[in-house]
Amino acid sequence: MGKFALDLAHMLAGGLVLVSFMLLYQDRMSGLLRVFALHAVVLSASVAWQAYAQGAPHLYITAAIALVLKAIIIPLALDRMVVRLGVHRSIDAVGGIGPTMLLGIGLVALSMTVMLRAAADADPLAREDLAFALSVVLLGMLMMVTRRNAVSQVVGFMSLENGLILAATGARGMPLVVEISVAFSVLIAFIVIGVFLFRIRERFDTVDVGALDEYRGGNQ
Amino acid sequence: MALILDLAAQGAQMLLVLALAPLLLGFTRKVKARLLMRQGPPLLQPYRDLLRLTRKEVVLADNASWLFRAAPYMIFAATWVAAALVPSFAAGLTFSWAADVIAIIALLGSARMFLALVGMDVGTSFGGLGASREMMFASLAEPAMMMIVFTVALVAGSTQLSTIAEFMLTHGSLRVSLGLALAGLIIVTLAENSRIPVDNPATHLELTMVHEAMVLEYSGRHLAVIEMAAALKLLLYLSLIACIFLPWGIAAPGASPAAYAAGLVAYLAKLTAGAFLMVLFETSIAKMRIFRVPEFLGAALMLGLLGTLLLFVSRSF
Repeated sequence: MGKFALDLAHMLAGGLVLVSFMLLYQDRMSGLLRVFALHAVVLSASVAWQAYAQGAPHLYITAAIALVLKAIIIPLALDRMVVRLGVHRSIDAVGGIGPTMLLGIGLVALSMTVMLRAAADADPLAREDLAFALSVVLLGMLMMVTRRNAVSQVVGFMSLENGLILAATGARGMPLVVEISVAFSVLIAFIVIGVFLFRIRERFDTVDVGALDEYRGGNQ
Repeated sequence: MALILDLAAQGAQMLLVLALAPLLLGFTRKVKARLLMRQGPPLLQPYRDLLRLTRKEVVLADNASWLFRAAPYMIFAATWVAAALVPSFAAGLTFSWAADVIAIIALLGSARMFLALVGMDVGTSFGGLGASREMMFASLAEPAMMMIVFTVALVAGSTQLSTIAEFMLTHGSLRVSLGLALAGLIIVTLAENSRIPVDNPATHLELTMVHEAMVLEYSGRHLAVIEMAAALKLLLYLSLIACIFLPWGIAAPGASPAAYAAGLVAYLAKLTAGAFLMVLFETSIAKMRIFRVPEFLGAALMLGLLGTLLLFVSRSF
């Protein structure tokens, strides 16, 4: 594999980490959904390039699934959902973008350190892909922790799953069946979460998960 | 003989930046007006403004100190020297070995310090407000700029702009760190030149202005010199982006006059494209609230940090 192939793969995976940061930065709901669609587009470009570079045609299918499902269908559905929930103009309180960003940088540094040691004798493409994928996963988790709005948490979860797909394409030999079933289980999860969101709204008149805290047992 | 030629090339660069800076400003204003479906001022209007200002009488406040009169020239001198150090049409000119990119940032920093000082000198509240805001932005923009410079310097193995340009020409390739550094540098450029999401260069609305608030007390030739320095700074940042990230066509040290001419054409094309893209971005975005600016600049700092971090991944193969 040429140096250029490695560089482009590296660039696209790094771009995915960058878009994850944009997700963390974006606190408007409609902007968040657009950035999420961009996340999926970058993922699909990254997977398609890996398919070309590794000569693994079945990865093209993964890329196509990512593009159709996550860049088009899920953002559109989420968009309709936020309009129906009446939160499309809301601004999610993040508790300070600065500290969240710094935490995110710390997580990226952590995943680099861990992955470069743990996968030291893997081939460079796979190792770096894993490092980036772990960063995307950790950033998705960070997003789920820092947001209060349930829809933003769903976006965080979906971006986390994008990181898993990136990891799966980097590690060779992941069967196509597994990838397809993962993709569809995410779709199912999305539907379940959607139903759940409306139930939360019905019950508490808000999708702010802070409202759930009152129903927790014990002292606050 | 070679020394004379080198000096002539360096002199040409210094005069070129001086001659081009108002034109660049006029070009951005013209393009912006056309994008807003207006006719816009002629391209040469900034030159006429500057000429007119130099002919006008200087009105000084009673309590203006010597610093108030001296600072415009110091600001201009520091900015001009910095602009002369950034390779424009040719790399490796005589003076470029005297200072690296960190020295250029320091020169701009001292110009900014003088500007903030004179903002407070006369004691009007606007000046003080502008100075304090400028310093707030600077305290975020300068670390971001340093991180970006470190990223680029780690890739190229040097902080000399000429060496960096040569490295990018020969070893340049898609590096994710460089992409992040470019995005960060664009944010810093917008903030440092008081362009739209951060400050509005065309406004005189008191609540929003930063740069204009500091120079509000200036008139006549002092104002002309300060405006010239601001135009030079914009040119400097665009040249910096062009030299680090798009060094194609830049003439090598000691090249033939034909190579210099080709470098000049490439440089003008890069400036035009850069200014056009900047204006396009400006017209498509609204100015942000002043308390959003730290987040915007924080993003640049983050990009620089991330670029340095990711470098350790890409280093490892």
